[in-house]
Amino acid sequence: MNFRAVAVFRKELRDFRRNKLVVATMVFLPLFLLLLQIANVLAIKQGTPENVVRGTLGGAGLAFFLVPLILPTVIAAYAVVGEREQGTLEPVLTTPVLERELLIGKALAAVVPSVLISYALYLSYRIVVQAAAAPVVVKLESRPAWVVADILFTPLLATFSIWVVLAISVRSNDVRVAQQLSGLAMIPMIGVIALFTFQVVTPSVRVALLGALGLLVIDSLAWRVVVRLFDRERLLTRFGST
Amino acid sequence: MDEAAIRATGLTKQFGPRTAFSDLSFEVGAGEVFGFLGPNGAGKTTTVRVLGTLIRPTSGTAEVAGVPLGEGSDSRLRGLVAIMPENPGLYLRLTVYDNLEYFAGLYGVPKANVRGRILSSLDTVGMASRAQDSAGSLSKGLRQRASLARTLLSEPKILFLDEPTSGLDPVATREVRELIEGLRSHGVTVFLTTHRLDEAERLCDRIAVMNTTLRVVGRPDDLRRQLFDSTIEVRTRVPLVDPQSVLGGVPGVRTWSLDGDGSYQVTAGDIAAVTPELTRALVAANADVLRIGEVQRTLEDVYLQLVNEDVEVRR
Repeated sequence: MNFRAVAVFRKELRDFRRNKLVVATMVFLPLFLLLLQIANVLAIKQGTPENVVRGTLGGAGLAFFLVPLILPTVIAAYAVVGEREQGTLEPVLTTPVLERELLIGKALAAVVPSVLISYALYLSYRIVVQAAAAPVVVKLESRPAWVVADILFTPLLATFSIWVVLAISVRSNDVRVAQQLSGLAMIPMIGVIALFTFQVVTPSVRVALLGALGLLVIDSLAWRVVVRLFDRERLLTRFGST
Repeated sequence: MDEAAIRATGLTKQFGPRTAFSDLSFEVGAGEVFGFLGPNGAGKTTTVRVLGTLIRPTSGTAEVAGVPLGEGSDSRLRGLVAIMPENPGLYLRLTVYDNLEYFAGLYGVPKANVRGRILSSLDTVGMASRAQDSAGSLSKGLRQRASLARTLLSEPKILFLDEPTSGLDPVATREVRELIEGLRSHGVTVFLTTHRLDEAERLCDRIAVMNTTLRVVGRPDDLRRQLFDSTIEVRTRVPLVDPQSVLGGVPGVRTWSLDGDGSYQVTAGDIAAVTPELTRALVAANADVLRIGEVQRTLEDVYLQLVNEDVEVRR
């Protein structure tokens, strides 16, 4: 990875670690979702109608996909507009750092912890399911389509979330507006994921792989759009350079 | 002038219908401390941002550290200069060292040199012992110094300082000024925007006064001479009976005027020649002379004269 992008990445992580509110949000929300889903799943007894089981597991699946979608927004919405409000953006823009280096550094700093937390969450959930859930739950949760989807979708969804939020952040004038718009921007993607988790689209390994490929394409397009949207002049003066 | 560190030609910046500045043409010599003065909204900060490649000029050209402004040269140019904005812009949750380490990374300082470069920069601004302090715990003056240390990390050829003493108390102001004087002795070209005329007069080799357009550029002494006739102030205990014959009759005196009871302002081309003649004429007229001497014009007089001219024109 580029040296300057690494510098941005390291600084962002240091800054998050010292922001107790961000750390608390990143820990509390996933923990709450994990406990909620575990409680739901453990309540399922052997002999529960399959449609009920599928519905409960669909909700749990959606919850686990929400984490990589929502967590990065906590960090990334602040990434550009927050720095501008704090007055730290201008000194950064005076350095030789390129737009793409700055954005990659910031994106990775949001993606890496979000993905690690999401994987840890999923792993904890699976351990509990294997150890204590009813056999029907264990059987359904062990389907290869789910495992593949969880492994592949998590980083791709987090990346998608980052680019959307960064796009909003580089064009917003206020952190709160950026955070609210970022939340709204996630709704269509949540809808698509729900089609998969509630089995409106039949979950298979093929569908999971195709979905991951689609997300990869969307992510790379979104990255190009964000780099284009990053306009130093607009960020410093509120007037665009074009 | 030595080799130009900055050369601007017809530089203009507009934001929509509003003109931030227009038709700026000037040169700054290598190693010079160049003051950029002007009232609020004159376009000083925008000029710094354009020269530092943060924003693009609407028209005109400029060369900074030998690199022409333009697409493709931005990142390279930003590696040769450093800008200290008015707001120190430190990450308050990070330590001073962490702040500087981040910027050393952004400037591409080789990893092996980072620690040495940070400590040397902090040492230059007298903050080596505060490296591990949280930036948020520093006073405004110390934040300004930390910000200056940050600009030294890249060992820039040209340093743009935008109102570096704005909002500082007298002690902190003096410290920052001493640092700027130190930079001059290291051969760094300093482009200093300031409202503080005494600061500009003390620190700058040359100054420019602008108010969206460039009004004058020159050494403070030259500007005083350009804008004001040399003036001798004469004060007598009792008003002269016939001042015209005493003052107006001295060879070399251009004009004279009454400036209060027994106080006169005499303008002359060559003060060194006229002052002794004037003294003799006053003694010959039996005047009780309390004071005779050149009126020292300050940079503030120059500045106010130019800014007032602008106000008059706008009326």
